[in-house]
Amino acid sequence: MKYSEKVMEHFRNPRNVGEIENPDGIGHVGNPVCGDIMELYIKVENNIIVDAKFKTFGCGAAIATSSMVTELVKGKSIDEALAISNKAVAEALGGLPPIKMHCSVLAEDALKSAIDDYLKKQG
Amino acid sequence: MRKVYLDHNATTPTHPEVVKAMLPYYGKIYGNPSSIHQFGQEARKAIDEAREKVADFIGAIQEEIIFTSGGTEADNFAIKGIAYANEKKGKHIITSSIEHHAVLNPCKYLEKQGFQVTYLPVDKYGLVDPDEVEKAITKETILITIMHANNEIGTIEPIAEIGKIAKEKGICLHTDAVQTVGKIPVNVNKLNIDSLSLSAHKIYGPKGIGGLYVHKGIRIQPLIEGGHHEKNRRAGTENVPAIVGLGKAVEIAKTTLDKESIYLTNLRDGLCSGIGEKIDSVYLNGHPVKRLPNTLNMSFEFVEGESIILNLDMKGIAVSSGSACTSGSLEPSHVLKAMGVEPAIAQGSVRFSLGKDNTEEDIDYVLEVLPEIIVRLRAMSPLYRKQKG
Ligand code: FES
Repeated sequence: MKYSEKVMEHFRNPRNVGEIENPDGIGHVGNPVCGDIMELYIKVENNIIVDAKFKTFGCGAAIATSSMVTELVKGKSIDEALAISNKAVAEALGGLPPIKMHCSVLAEDALKSAIDDYLKKQG
Repeated sequence: MRKVYLDHNATTPTHPEVVKAMLPYYGKIYGNPSSIHQFGQEARKAIDEAREKVADFIGAIQEEIIFTSGGTEADNFAIKGIAYANEKKGKHIITSSIEHHAVLNPCKYLEKQGFQVTYLPVDKYGLVDPDEVEKAITKETILITIMHANNEIGTIEPIAEIGKIAKEKGICLHTDAVQTVGKIPVNVNKLNIDSLSLSAHKIYGPKGIGGLYVHKGIRIQPLIEGGHHEKNRRAGTENVPAIVGLGKAVEIAKTTLDKESIYLTNLRDGLCSGIGEKIDSVYLNGHPVKRLPNTLNMSFEFVEGESIILNLDMKGIAVSSGSACTSGSLEPSHVLKAMGVEPAIAQGSVRFSLGKDNTEEDIDYVLEVLPEIIVRLRAMSPLYRKQKG
C-alpha cells in the first residue's frame, strides 16, 4: 500500500486543523470499520460555508481526507457542499489505495453530519 | 537525514558475512545436490554442513531438520502435516489466540476439514497459562501449537512447562520459534518440544529460507510432494545458497547471542524509560520482563498508530503498528485484542524492534523526534481535548 504524493502532502501539512468557536454546525462521526473518529466544524453565512475546521483520530488517509474536505467546502453553498461525495474527496487527493477508500467515507459522513446539525439549528 | 531501522521483528538486514558465504553458491558451485557427480556433491556437502549448524544450534540432530521456504511454510507443514498424519488418533488441536497468522490460518483451514481447534486465551501480558492448556486437552487432542515468543509484543511463553504437560499426555507440541531462534537460547530438549519452526531472515540471514525441526519418530505428512528431497519430507531442489546463508546466520548467532541480548535489552529499556519520561499517557504492551530483548510495544493514547508510523518515517525512523489502519485487514491487532487492550488504545500501538546495528544515538534521535510528533497528533485528535475536559 502506498499513498499518493498529494495525500502525503495533506498529511504532512493538514489544512484547517482545530475547532471553530461557536460553530454553526458540528459533525461527529466514527468509522465503524476501523474505529477512527472525525469531528468537523462549519461556519455558515448567507447559506455559504465560510469556514471549516476538523479534528481527527485516524490513519494517514483519514487525516488527509479531513484536510481536503475542509478545503473543498469552503466558499460552497450548503447544496453544493451536500453534493460532495467521498469519491470526490479521494479524487481531489489523487486517489486512495482501495483498502483506504472507507476512510474517505468518514470525511463525507462528517461533512453531512455537520450540515445536518446546521440545518437542524436553523429549524 | 538520519535513518533508524527499528523493525527487526519484520525482517533484518542480511549480515555481510552471510552474503559472502552465499555468493559462491550463486557462482561456481551450482550443482544440484541430488546429483551424484562432483558438482552435485559439492552442493550436497554445503547443505549437510548447514544442517549440522542449525541442528547443533537448537540441540537437535541433523535428521531432525527439514529446510523450508521460511517460517510460514514450516508452520503450515508442522500443523497440517502432524494433524493429517495423526488424524486416526483424534482430531483436536490446541493453540493460542495470539499466534501468528501462519499458525492461525492453517488451524482455521483444518477446522473446515473437520478438525476441532481450541484457541486458548492469554492474560493481560499475553501469557498462555499452562494449566489452561492442560484443561483443554481431551482424548482427541493430537497437537498443541503455541508460539515461543510473540512477534508483536515480544512476550515469551512458558513453552517448557507446556512441553512437560504435552509429554506426560503423549501429545505432540509444536512451537513457532521464528522470533526466538537466534535471539534467546532455544534448546528443543529443554523446551520439551517435538516440532519447531525457524526462519533465517529474522536473524540476519536471507529471506525465503527457514526450517522445521521434527523430533525423531514424530509422524508428519509432507505438504509438498515430488522428489526424494529432505528424506521424502519436503520435495523440491534445495535452495542451496539460502540454506548456506541460514547456516552462516546461526553460526554467527551462536557466538553473538549472549552479548547481543544484553546490549539490546539495555538499549530497549533506555528507549522505554525515555518515552515514559517525555510523553504522558503511554502504556507498555506485553510482559515487563518475560519478553524478547529487542522488542518494545507501546500505546500512545489519543493518537492512531499509522499516523505515528508515517510521521516517524518522514524522519527516517522505521517502526510498525498493531493499529487496524495499517493491518491491511482493518481489524486491530488480534494479539492486543486477546490481551484485553481497549480498541482505542490498541489503535495507538507502536512496535519498536531493535537490532544489533542500532546505537545509543539512534535511540536519542527517536526520543528527540517522537515527543513532537505525539504532541502534534494529539493536538489534532478529538479524543485528546475531551480528555482534557
Ligand atoms: S480511517 Fe481508520 S483506517 Fe483510515
